[in-house]
Amino acid sequence: MDAEQKFTSRTWPESPEKTTLEGKNKFLGFWLFLGGETVLFASLFATYLALKDKVPSDDHALAIDMFELPLVFIMTMLLLTSSLTSVYAMYHMKNYNFQKMKTWLIITVGLGLAFLGFEIYEFNHYVHEYHHTFTSSAFGSSFYTLVGFHGAHVVVGLGWFLLLLIRNTNRGLNLYNAPKFFLASLYWHFIDVVWVFIFTVVYLMGMVG
Amino acid sequence: MSTVAQKQGFLAVLWDYLTTVDHKKIAILYLISGGFFFLVGGIEAMIIRIQLAVPDNNFVSAGLYNEILTMHGTTMIFLAAMPLLFAFMNAVVPLQIGARDVAFPFLNSLGFWLFFFGGIFLNLSWFLGGAPDAGWTSYASLSITSEGHGIDFYVLGLQISGAGTLIAGINFLVTIINMRAPGMTYMRMPLFTWSTFVASALILFAFPPLTVGLFLMLFDRMFGANFFDVSMGGNTIIWEHLFWIFGHPEVYILILPAFGIFSEIFATFSRKRLFGYAAMVFATVLIGFLGFMVWAHHMFTVGLGPTANAIFAVATMAIAVPTGVKIFNWMLTMWGGSIVFTTPMLYAVAFIPSFTAGGVTGVMLASAAADYQYHDTYFVVAHFHYVIVGGVVLGLLAGTHFYWPKMFGTMLNEFLGKITFWLFLIGFHATFFVQHFLGLMGMPRRIWKFLDGQGLNLFNLISTIGAVFMAVAVLVLVYNIIITQIKNVRVGNDPWGDGRTLEWAIASPPPFYNFKQLPLVRGLDPYWIEKMEGNTKMTPAEPVGDIHMPNNSFIPFVMSLGLFIAAFGAMYQVDWRASDGESFVWAIPVLIIGLLITLGSMAVRSLKDDHGYHIHKEDLLKDDEGGRE
Ligand code: HEM
Ligand SMILES: [Cu+2]
Repeated sequence: MDAEQKFTSRTWPESPEKTTLEGKNKFLGFWLFLGGETVLFASLFATYLALKDKVPSDDHALAIDMFELPLVFIMTMLLLTSSLTSVYAMYHMKNYNFQKMKTWLIITVGLGLAFLGFEIYEFNHYVHEYHHTFTSSAFGSSFYTLVGFHGAHVVVGLGWFLLLLIRNTNRGLNLYNAPKFFLASLYWHFIDVVWVFIFTVVYLMGMVG
Repeated sequence: MSTVAQKQGFLAVLWDYLTTVDHKKIAILYLISGGFFFLVGGIEAMIIRIQLAVPDNNFVSAGLYNEILTMHGTTMIFLAAMPLLFAFMNAVVPLQIGARDVAFPFLNSLGFWLFFFGGIFLNLSWFLGGAPDAGWTSYASLSITSEGHGIDFYVLGLQISGAGTLIAGINFLVTIINMRAPGMTYMRMPLFTWSTFVASALILFAFPPLTVGLFLMLFDRMFGANFFDVSMGGNTIIWEHLFWIFGHPEVYILILPAFGIFSEIFATFSRKRLFGYAAMVFATVLIGFLGFMVWAHHMFTVGLGPTANAIFAVATMAIAVPTGVKIFNWMLTMWGGSIVFTTPMLYAVAFIPSFTAGGVTGVMLASAAADYQYHDTYFVVAHFHYVIVGGVVLGLLAGTHFYWPKMFGTMLNEFLGKITFWLFLIGFHATFFVQHFLGLMGMPRRIWKFLDGQGLNLFNLISTIGAVFMAVAVLVLVYNIIITQIKNVRVGNDPWGDGRTLEWAIASPPPFYNFKQLPLVRGLDPYWIEKMEGNTKMTPAEPVGDIHMPNNSFIPFVMSLGLFIAAFGAMYQVDWRASDGESFVWAIPVLIIGLLITLGSMAVRSLKDDHGYHIHKEDLLKDDEGGRE
């Protein structure tokens, strides 16, 4: 099947992301990649747990002193909602409705940006209020590395969505770009799942000491 | 498009290789660069053995010795053994499963160039202030205090080449799952394909912990983090865990493909179906799985406690079971077969006792209580060289002889091959057998010199003489390769005469599209089945039609180059900060420029559509009459 072939909503295949061999390969390869990413984050979580609250002296802030539930709750809601909106986008992608897909992706990007904004505020807050920095203690290093890796993933995910949106604004959907949109949203879900673990392991468990 | 057989100039060939996405050419790139690093690592090994030939020697200084020792291990594992295995995987696996290419030709090339630039970066340390010196395991307690940039070269170089390895692993997994020819079910896949499959899965799950470990080290050394700084709350054991969660699977990433090569060789030259195929597959998968459960056997003496040590000891010993299954299956494959002792077969036969000896010392080491005596002595050095040289390197040498005709269309000289074999085998055992006793006598590993009068002289001298034998063996192999390519006597599809699997059913080297018509696979050893029915070719599974091919691309090279450049920036910004912005002002700009080159080329790749091209049916039919190359 030719990747650039033009479709209508009636001829558009059911799973456009897996219709071409290229799409199928990408689909599988990306799932495997996410498997590797899972191990990467598992290693970071383990490191964080080993170094949580490990500080050089008593005057350093600990997790229980710093974390505030309202802030991370808002961040969690933003990211979870953005996952939902990317599902809507994929729903419209499968229905060959390019305009609606674009709209929902733009909303997704907006929510992701809001999340990032809060994260930057949060880091800034810890640095200035509590002198909890990347270099102040092993706890600091492991906290910013774990949460920062996640944040970097958010940045990559946003960049990916934007690049795809810009590149394809005027071309509509075809079997060449459908897998790309699909994978970007898969990546976005993965980022969301990681955040759920960060929320639990870092913040909730941090609140109880 | 397809019948350009005219002589190309050197630059054209170079450009072709710099931009190729053809798995057969990438295989050659891996073979050449892996072979180069193998020679570099070999020279380092010779220096180690010269220094230890006689007591109280002063051939190299203590500091330089540490650097050479570290670079020997690091180079051999990451830059020689793995790329050489990738060479054969690339050359053979797509052919064995009847595919026209790998699933991601572009990523295949990217994986190679990342490895290549990472390796070059690591080795540039020799010229830029000194190589890493904390051992190939680079334990944090040692490496965070190591002066100069040696460890930074280690961290950044391995980070770059590790990314390439991860990409290659994913590529092989998808290729094997999605690209098999009609009829090539999982339980008909040749054992080399199976072992590549399992090794790739190990890569996928083992490399991320290394990536994280290297990041932590990078942050500690270059950006002021405190993961391993105990005075700041850090903990150096984290590095050991992360390193070995990667490191033990890594040794199986190395040995499983070698097992695969040997399985092909045993079946081919015993002219018999591999004995216990299903058990072999099961054992391979089981070894892969268990490989993740045993990492702490490298840390018995760290003080994890008796419970942890006991669990890891038992899990470690359990791996010997599937390994034993394989050993017996290979022997039973030979049993009653009509064996031909070609060079590859000699290596295969010699591999069994050599590797088994390494497995036996492995089980000895696995006994945690006893390991307190063996740990960090030459006994461990003997163990891992028995499994790695007696297993992986013999496998690579066997594979070089076995697959050379398929990769280059010429046959290495058998007589010289056998000379290499005997020299290497004798040298190998002479070098490492005595090291068991040196270890038991108490000689610590990684020691720069030993003193006279401790009973260590004789065995150390024997060990060095053995190493000279191996060096000569390798030189004979290099000579063999050169004269073979100069004589350039072309061979046909199935030069060994006993090929069983699909790669032997097509030309040597194969046309760039591999199979004009995808073959129909009717069972295990499909080519053998056709031969037994009197056919000379595979039964096609499709009519001749247009073939879709990917375009060449220079982007993978540029992308990897960008990271290579950025790594220098990341490294020297440390000096820039140390000098309060006085010197090395270029460091941060270089870091940014390098990253921009990489990100930019990624963006180009993403924005520019690349649909590949088609070879037309008519051209394919023309190829048939004219014959290409
Ligand atoms: C029956 C299978 C095996 C067992 C039970 C086993 C067991 C062990 C144990 C317990 C150690 C740690 C010794 C110490 O440091 O005190 C060790 C070290 C090592 N093994 Fe094995 N091993 C096996 C197979 C292999 C294979 C197949 C390879 C590679 C192809 C391998 C490569 C190594 C290496 C490189 C080291 C040393 C790492 C270092 O400290 O630098 N082993 N092995
Ligand atoms: Cu191990």
